[in-house]
Amino acid sequence: MKLAVASGKGGTGKTMVAANLAAVLAGTEPVTLVDCDAEAPNLHLFFPAVSTSRDVTLPVPVINRELCTMCGKCAEFCQYGALTALADRLLFFPELCHSCGGCMLICPDHAISEEKKRIGSVTLATPARQLRLITGRLDIGGSQVVPVIRAAKEAAGPGGNIIYDCAPGTSCPVVETLEGCDACILVTESTPSGLHDLRLAFNVTAKLGVPAGVVINRSDGNDQPVLDFCVEQDLDVLLIIPFDREIAAIQCGGHLLAREQPAWEKSFLALWQKCRALTGRQAP
Amino acid sequence: MKICITAQGPAPDSPVEERFGRAPYFVMVDTKTGELVAVKNPFADGAGGVGPKAAGLVAEHKAGALISGPVGGNAQEVLSAAGIARYSSQGCATVKDALDAFVKNSLEKNGD
Repeated sequence: MKLAVASGKGGTGKTMVAANLAAVLAGTEPVTLVDCDAEAPNLHLFFPAVSTSRDVTLPVPVINRELCTMCGKCAEFCQYGALTALADRLLFFPELCHSCGGCMLICPDHAISEEKKRIGSVTLATPARQLRLITGRLDIGGSQVVPVIRAAKEAAGPGGNIIYDCAPGTSCPVVETLEGCDACILVTESTPSGLHDLRLAFNVTAKLGVPAGVVINRSDGNDQPVLDFCVEQDLDVLLIIPFDREIAAIQCGGHLLAREQPAWEKSFLALWQKCRALTGRQAP
Repeated sequence: MKICITAQGPAPDSPVEERFGRAPYFVMVDTKTGELVAVKNPFADGAGGVGPKAAGLVAEHKAGALISGPVGGNAQEVLSAAGIARYSSQGCATVKDALDAFVKNSLEKNGD
């Protein structure tokens, strides 16, 4: 099953849920955990391990100044302002380039070719016998995070149990991560802003046709607005994790709740089974 | 020489605009003849990359100096490459104020 962990509001506990789910599941079957929050990956903090990395690159134009006649057609075509034609020179801003390849096509003098520019990396590690951790990481200062997420998903491969830790929010990085997933856990907290953003996130999973369920994290027992929303939208509440200082301390220490408080192992295994039920799948 | 003043409107009494890339108008003034041409900024609603485009437009109009508020890194690179000097519009309420201050040489020149 390909399961995404998303939220809407940031800081609700996606990484905690994803990390514990993967750790617990790896005890019984192989699982790949993919950190798709490529602008701020943090799963590796919970799974220190030896890793290998490779570059994620995007093609950017290379202008052959000998062939370039300064006609300016490439700059006129570029929607992103990456190319500027002055009277005596052509300026290129790689960080604005969206790698569409249009300048290369439109140049009448065939003066533009491609070269690879590194935008980030994909890191592979095996923290436990049945657990693979893949981390997408956008280089600092970069703006093209979606290709990095795509590369991380590709590295995970098409089959098996895969858990994708999404970025917070509901924009392109989240949509890219959600695409192709069989189910999605929406992690929320029982605050007004948590509920506000949960509505937005559910909107996205619904539009993408990914079945979703809700995990309420840091619950203070006053979850009625979230519970009402779930009833209204026919969303299952898959798990409620209480607001607890001890749990926060474990999490902040980079430890796994299911290891430190073994009773949680059963809860996370049950969470996985409930997600399977969301997809309508049977047990293997 | 020709100068460019970022403005909120096309007239000499239009307020100066602090922003560069998304300024509503670029007012081009020939300091010798006083001729004023207001160019509506086609990039004003752009999502991104407007700095270099706007700088390219100023260069196309052959302005030798730009009077505006702070300018981003990419726009600055284009302005420097095009040899367009930058002056701060701080303290100038209208386009005419900016023009007068420039001619009097009382504007602060911005480094690149």
